[in-house]
Parts: sequence; structure tokens; C-alpha cells
Amino acid sequence: MMENKTVAQDLRKRRLKLFGVYFRNNWQLYLMLIVPVLFVIIFKYAAYPGLRIAFMNYKPAKGYAGSKWVGFETFEKIFRDKDFLRALKNSLAFNFLDLLVGFPVPIILALLLNELRFNRFKRVSQTILYLPHFLSWVIIASVALNLFKPETGLINILFRDLGWIDKGIPFLTEKWHWAATYLLIGVWQNMGWGSIIYLAAITGIDAELYEAATIDGAGRLRKIWSVTLPCIRGTMVTLLIMNLGRVMGSNFERLDAFGNVQVKDFQYQLAIYIYEKGLAGSNFSRATAVGLFQSLVGLLLVLTADKVSKKLGEDGLL
Amino acid sequence: MAANEKNVVRKDNIWHGINRVRFADFVIAFVILLLSLTCILPFIHVAAKSISSDTAVMSKKVYLWPIDVTFQAYVSIFKDGQLTYSMGYTIIMTLLFTIVGMVVTTLAAFPLAIKNLKGRSFFAFILMFTMYFSAGLIPEYLLYKDLGLLNTMWVLVLPLAFSPYNMLIMRSFISSTIPDSLYEAAHLDGASHFQVLGKVVIPLSKPIIATLSLFYAVGRWNAYADAKYYITTKSLQPLQYLLSNMVLNSGADAVSLSEAAAATSTPEVLQSAVVMFATLPIIMVYPFVQKYFVKGAMIGAVKG
Repeated sequence: MMENKTVAQDLRKRRLKLFGVYFRNNWQLYLMLIVPVLFVIIFKYAAYPGLRIAFMNYKPAKGYAGSKWVGFETFEKIFRDKDFLRALKNSLAFNFLDLLVGFPVPIILALLLNELRFNRFKRVSQTILYLPHFLSWVIIASVALNLFKPETGLINILFRDLGWIDKGIPFLTEKWHWAATYLLIGVWQNMGWGSIIYLAAITGIDAELYEAATIDGAGRLRKIWSVTLPCIRGTMVTLLIMNLGRVMGSNFERLDAFGNVQVKDFQYQLAIYIYEKGLAGSNFSRATAVGLFQSLVGLLLVLTADKVSKKLGEDGLL
Repeated sequence: MAANEKNVVRKDNIWHGINRVRFADFVIAFVILLLSLTCILPFIHVAAKSISSDTAVMSKKVYLWPIDVTFQAYVSIFKDGQLTYSMGYTIIMTLLFTIVGMVVTTLAAFPLAIKNLKGRSFFAFILMFTMYFSAGLIPEYLLYKDLGLLNTMWVLVLPLAFSPYNMLIMRSFISSTIPDSLYEAAHLDGASHFQVLGKVVIPLSKPIIATLSLFYAVGRWNAYADAKYYITTKSLQPLQYLLSNMVLNSGADAVSLSEAAAATSTPEVLQSAVVMFATLPIIMVYPFVQKYFVKGAMIGAVKG
């Protein structure tokens, strides 16, 4: 009995000593980590307590202390708010469409680039194709205006000169045209950069597989279908799931840059709702509630995506 | 005998498969060419417009080649001074942002790259969680207000300066290029962790530092939503925000520059010049740094 106790004490002592040695050897690493940890605490975590605004009737003039708690009332309100429902519907619809149109294009582009023979041309065109990813949405929208304005846009001028149309097409000023233009510009902006990931995956494929396929008499298409695509399946699944996890998100800058009065019906998405109700309209509680809803659903989607991805035998995201 | 013959035929096929440029190759090249043109012709059009005469632009004759070349619009921009000031300000702000971002990122990536660090996954979780769950616009706005950051340059420099994603890229670069045995050797020689970081890790990580610095810089240079949220003082607005006010919203700013230049340029030409003024810095630097971006994207792809 006595012996057991001393052994336990001894063990604890030794463990403490070991930890002391470990810490004496490694405290500098923790000192380094303090900087980034403090950074996220001050600029990110410190904002979390502000989420309680969603459960209050927050008045900026009264502050936290002077505002009343209202429980889930704000959430009940937003789900009866026509503006919110419209923003939610638009966000989901446009994100799904973005995914539907935007997901396959980088894959196809990567396959084409991989099959491209002329090396110098390949390098130059890759450089050019990646470019739009590095330009801001303001610049892209400005250039788009130069191309798509009904009266003075280059495309409309061209079509008119060719006699194809009499009146300019309202690419960016009528909501259905806008939806198509907005989506296609998004695809265009991302296709080059998105293809890099797939090209990297293709580079990793064992050359022997292609040799074997060639010896078996496989043609080019057959090799793409039976070697390349199966080999990059993992990358495709991971990216698809990752993108599905982001379907609640919204890109304020892209929407803001392409926004105008005529297309408000479709352009009105969650990011715009939060900005207009919250900062512009000073309805802090409502905007915070919508933001919290968006963050929570987003987190849930990412966690689900990670689970599904792992279940399918792919690398998880987290 | 028959088998032999078959072999000969097959060799023949391989030969053709590898060396002959076929019709399909030209089709592929043509498609890639078209896609590349969509990425470059729009900018050539805007550039051409920006150095054409007003009458040529008004009569809609300018396609990809300037007509009656004049640099009047650019002269107006420099005379007006608003955009040149904003560009200088944005360059300084972007540099500060990049430096802060890289310091914080390195201080997170190096310790977390050491596999037997105690509490490694705990710290990684703390740093990454903000990527998946954000407090949202209003709580962050109120926080930055309480911190006294609103309407200062620092609200653009600090809150976004640490990107967990970039930290992940750097961490996987460090742990894949520097073997743990190297740390052990350094410690046996009596080197501290700070010395290892300064004398071993950073020199060996130069390529990834270049790449991530560019990621940070380009991200900062292009972003303007935070400026729209947090900054009302005009002299503190970054270039992209000014641009969006001038070209996209026909707000007060659109008028202010065209007033100064009213005598010389139409809004069309002037707007094209403004867009080119903000685009050219990126387009000029881009071809030289492009390979770093691709490297970063590749590492990110392996361990995103």
C-alpha cells in the first residue's frame, strides 16, 4: 500500500520533471506562437461576444448594457422578412449555378492544356489564362462595362456593325441577361487558376500507365477517359465537396461591383442584405442574426463536407 | 511469327502517337487560343480606348487599336492627383500589410511544422477555426470601432493580415523541406529555436516566403470591401475603392474628376484611362512573378 503510493508520487514527480525539461527546451516555440494566437484573439475571437446582438434589440446609442434581450425574436422576424427570404433564395440559387457551371470548366481546361503540344504556346497561354484571377472585381466589372454596355459596349457595337442586332443587348442591365453574364464572368475569372490544381494532379500520374494504355492500343480520348480522369478523381471529389461546403457564402465585392438598380432583384444576396440592413440601415440586430445564421449553416456544411469526403476515402478538408 | 508481326504494327503505332502532330492538336490549340484571347482582348480594348481621341470613341470606331492617339486622359489623371495619391497610399498600406502578414504567418507556421510539439493540434485549431466560423460583419465592425481602428489605415492593415490558409501552405512547405533531424542536429550544437528559425528555416523557405508575400500583397491590393465597411475618410480609401466610386457608381467622385478634366476628355475615355491606371501595375508585374503564384497554388493543392 505504502509502496504503491510512493511509486505513484514518484511517477508524478518524474513526469513533472520531464515536462519541465521539455518546456525549458521548447519555451521559445510557445513564445513565437503567442504572436499569432494573440492576433486572432484580438481581431477575430474578440468579435464573437458581439454575436449577442442577434439576441438583443440593439440600439447603437445605448450600447450593450442599455439594450434589451429579446431571445430568438429577431430570428423569428428575419424568417418572416421578405427581403431576407429573397436574399437567401438568390444566394443559394446563384451559388448552385456557380458550382454547376464553374466546376467542370477548370477540369476541361486542365485536360486541354495537358494535351496541348506546342510547349512555348502552352506556357504563354497559361500565363494569360491565370491573369483574371489576379485582378480585382472592380477592374473586372469596369472592363465588363466597356464590353457589355447596351449603347457603347464593344460587343454590342460589334454585333450592330455586323448587322446581327438592331438594339444593344442589356447584358448587365436586365436581370436575366445579368444573371448569365455574371455567372459566365465568374467562370471565366476562375477557370485558369482553377485548372492549376488539376494540372498538378495530372502531373503526378505515373507515366507507365499511359505507356501501358498506348501499348494496349488506346487512343487519345480513351487515355483521357481511362487513365487521366480516374487518376484525378480524388482531386475532383475533394474540390466538389469543398465547394458544396461554401454554398452559403457570398462574395460581397463581386456582387457590389456588378450591382445596379435594374438587376437588384437577383443581385440582392445575403452579403448585400447584411451590408444594407446593418451598416447602411443601422439595423444591427437583424444583420447580426443573418450573419450568425449564415456562419452557422456554413460551418455545418463544411463539417458535413469533411465527413463525407473522409467517408469516400478521400483526404478530409480539416 | 504472327505475334512478331503484331509487335511491329504496335511499335509503329507508338511512333505515330508520340511524334506526329495531328489535326486534333490544332483544334486543341485553337480552343486554348480563343480562351486566352478572351483574357487579353478586353484589356487591349480598354487600353486602346484610353489613348484614343474623344471623337473616335464617341463615334464608336475604336476596337482594339487606338485612333488619333492622345494621352490627354492620363495627363488629366496626373493633374487631378487624386488617383496618384491613392496609388502611393495603397502601395505603402499593402507593403505594411504584407510585412505584418508574413511575420505573423511565419511565427505560426514554424512551431506548428515541428511534429512533436506538445499542443500542436490545439494551437492549429485555434488559428484555423476563424477560417470556418466568422462573427460576421456587424460584430467585427463594432469590435474595430471599440479598438479605435475605424477610419484609420490600420483597419486595412491589421484584421486581415493573418491568413490561416497561407499559414497551412507555409507549414507544409517547412515540414516537407526541412527534416526533423536537422532541428535535432542544430539543438545538439546548442542553437536555440530562434536561431534555427533565423538561420535555417527562413533561408531555406525563401521561395515560399516570396510566394506567400505575393499572395498577401495581391489580396490586399485588390480588396476593397473592408474599406467600404470601415472607412469614410476619403484620403484613407485605397485605390480599388476609389476606382469603384469613380467608374462603377456614378457617385460624387465620378463627377469630381471629370470636372477637373471636363474640358479635355469625355467620361468614356477618362474612365478607360482610370481603369488602365489601376490595372497596369498588376499587369506589368504579373508576368515576372507568375511562377511563384503557381508554385504556391501547387503546394496549396497538395495540402489545402
